[in-house]
Amino acid sequence: MADNVENAVNSVSNDGTEANRHTETTPSRNEVELNGQPPTARPPQVLTDSEEDEDEELTLKYGAKHVIMLFVPVTLCMVVVVATIKSVSFYTQKDGQQLIYTPFREDTETVGQRALNSMLNAFIMIGVILVMTLVLVVLYKYRCYKVIQAWLFFSNLLLLFFFSLIYLGEVFKTYNVAMDYFTLAVIIWNFGVVGMICIHWKGPLRLQQAYLIMISALMALVFIKYLPEWTAKLLIINASSVDLLAVLCPKGPLRILVETAQERNETIFPALIYSSTMVWLFNMADSAETGNNSSHPVPQQENQVAMAPTAQPEDDGGFTPAWVNQQQHQLGPMQSSEDSRREIQELPSARPPPVEDDEERGVKLGLGDFIFYSMLVGKASATASGDWNTTIACFVAILIGLCLTLLLLAIFKKALPALPISITFGLVFYFATDNLVRPFMDQLAVHQFYI
Amino acid sequence: MTLAVFFGCAFIAFGPAFALFVFTIAKDPLRVIILIAGAFFWLLSLLLSSLVWFIAIKASNSQDLTLQRGLLIFGVFFSVLLQEVFRFTYYRLLRKATEGLAAITDDDGSAISVRQMAYVAGLGFGIMSGAFSMINVLSDSLGPGTVGIFGDSQYYFITADMPSSKIFRRVKTNLKSSSLIQKMRALMTLALTLLHTFWGVLFFEGCEKSCWWVIAAVVSLHLLVAGLSLLNPLYEGSLPPVYGITLLMGVWAFFSSGGSLHSLNALCTRRKAEGESS
Repeated sequence: MADNVENAVNSVSNDGTEANRHTETTPSRNEVELNGQPPTARPPQVLTDSEEDEDEELTLKYGAKHVIMLFVPVTLCMVVVVATIKSVSFYTQKDGQQLIYTPFREDTETVGQRALNSMLNAFIMIGVILVMTLVLVVLYKYRCYKVIQAWLFFSNLLLLFFFSLIYLGEVFKTYNVAMDYFTLAVIIWNFGVVGMICIHWKGPLRLQQAYLIMISALMALVFIKYLPEWTAKLLIINASSVDLLAVLCPKGPLRILVETAQERNETIFPALIYSSTMVWLFNMADSAETGNNSSHPVPQQENQVAMAPTAQPEDDGGFTPAWVNQQQHQLGPMQSSEDSRREIQELPSARPPPVEDDEERGVKLGLGDFIFYSMLVGKASATASGDWNTTIACFVAILIGLCLTLLLLAIFKKALPALPISITFGLVFYFATDNLVRPFMDQLAVHQFYI
Repeated sequence: MTLAVFFGCAFIAFGPAFALFVFTIAKDPLRVIILIAGAFFWLLSLLLSSLVWFIAIKASNSQDLTLQRGLLIFGVFFSVLLQEVFRFTYYRLLRKATEGLAAITDDDGSAISVRQMAYVAGLGFGIMSGAFSMINVLSDSLGPGTVGIFGDSQYYFITADMPSSKIFRRVKTNLKSSSLIQKMRALMTLALTLLHTFWGVLFFEGCEKSCWWVIAAVVSLHLLVAGLSLLNPLYEGSLPPVYGITLLMGVWAFFSSGGSLHSLNALCTRRKAEGESS
């Protein structure tokens, strides 16, 4: 689950080098023109200095802009998850069913037993995720693109049709809305088909982003429902450490993935990656192959949000064990592919030929990041005793973690995992707010003191 | 009734802050980041002060009610001091950031001025403080409309353990109705949000110009407001003075950040002139 966030600062740094190149050529040009006039040769250099400074300031401005470009979707995803958790009770009910990857139950007699079970559960899930990531990296390395694309296509299919059907059904149940099957079928069909088109082919950017946010929220809700308490938190912790290792270690699978993709000058599976600017990609996809400096996604890979491949839709829509098993099938690969997809790769230089605008270069964040952030905040709103205070605290902590990650990205200019910092802050604030701040605020509220 | 109370209190408490956010902050990404970082720093201060209070509580006799109340009051003042410390820390952080920015760029036009940062940081503190005081109460008000400040069922008093139910009962008998209390809470929250904003502006100004008396005034006024809130639930005793202080702070912040009667006048006359010309 290495979510790497590379934002356009990298491309801005390319810009910087470009500007440097540009500025290097300018003096020479001027020298040619102003041959033998040394005093006048200086102004061009002053110009270039200020251009560089402007560049740096632009870096900061656009850095902030890119942070906001990520804040908004992350916030929206969290808002959707929290709103659903608060209103639809289905996602907080414990049916006693668990994912097939978390076979150990947490309702044991002793605390020690519970801790052991949850640790085992978390390890199993992380193991599955790692295996799937490796499979994905191997497939990518040996150029089995078709397999990967089919995988992503089917998992997306499941998510857009089946999970959203369940979600809609639960929402209707909560608000006691009666709807006939025909209308429901039409709605789900349209929703799903438009989603598949937007994500796997072409569509308006905002619509595609909206769909990506929606499927991240759906996945997060599924996790919140089916993962028991301690397992969920341990999974989050494990995921962020695995993320850290997989991205930063030289032999980490995700690092290999990033480097392979960079060698081939491709983007890593625009699937499962939220990108804030993909519009120009459509143009680029149609344009001719560019030279070494352009990265130019394979057309079919644009906008693919690949969730894992899913098995065939099950026979009944009920929550039978068969369904649960099916879900495991689907969820397993989904997680893995999410993890692996959680790379953010900057689109290096697929610059539109006419004007290179920094604003067109967006930031990218893996959908797995969205899912884990929303999962943490959703768990906070579902089960924390501090309730809204904990939710808000986790929310702010995650946003600040994201901000810091992007800052580090601007400093180091290479692929970075997006999970560790945010998740650390989020968990620290979760436990601290739940156990320390809540009693304090409760007492203050009783006495109506204000601080 | 409860929905009306919910919306009414929500808009009272958060309306101005939301309007300020939408009109002055939402468009500029850098300000949004500074706002959220400000909220984060306030949260940190709250965390540390709750930790201290928690340790004090655990180390003391939990049956002694006056001691508990005393510890809570200590917690309140300690939290206020810690908030100001973190405000100062945030100021230093922002100064370093602007200095870094200034070092990179040659020209004076930096992306954001210290005054703007002061305002945004103060607003961040205020919004977070308001959110933490108000949100739980608001969400409870959406529940069944029973009498009781938290919307708890009346049967709570029977089933609860004695000490806390004593407190609840005592508070309950002082209430006229829960919706009035919630309106008071909302008003208090609004006052605090605005106060944090003004204090942010003044504090940063004081730090910039090294006027220590300004900083001391801000801190002591914060302590005063917290102390006034100790008079609650006698809201008549706490709300009017707090609003008086808010007005005073507002005027002071306006003049200290460069406003003047002249500029106010110019604003009005320009509006009038534009109105006439259009």
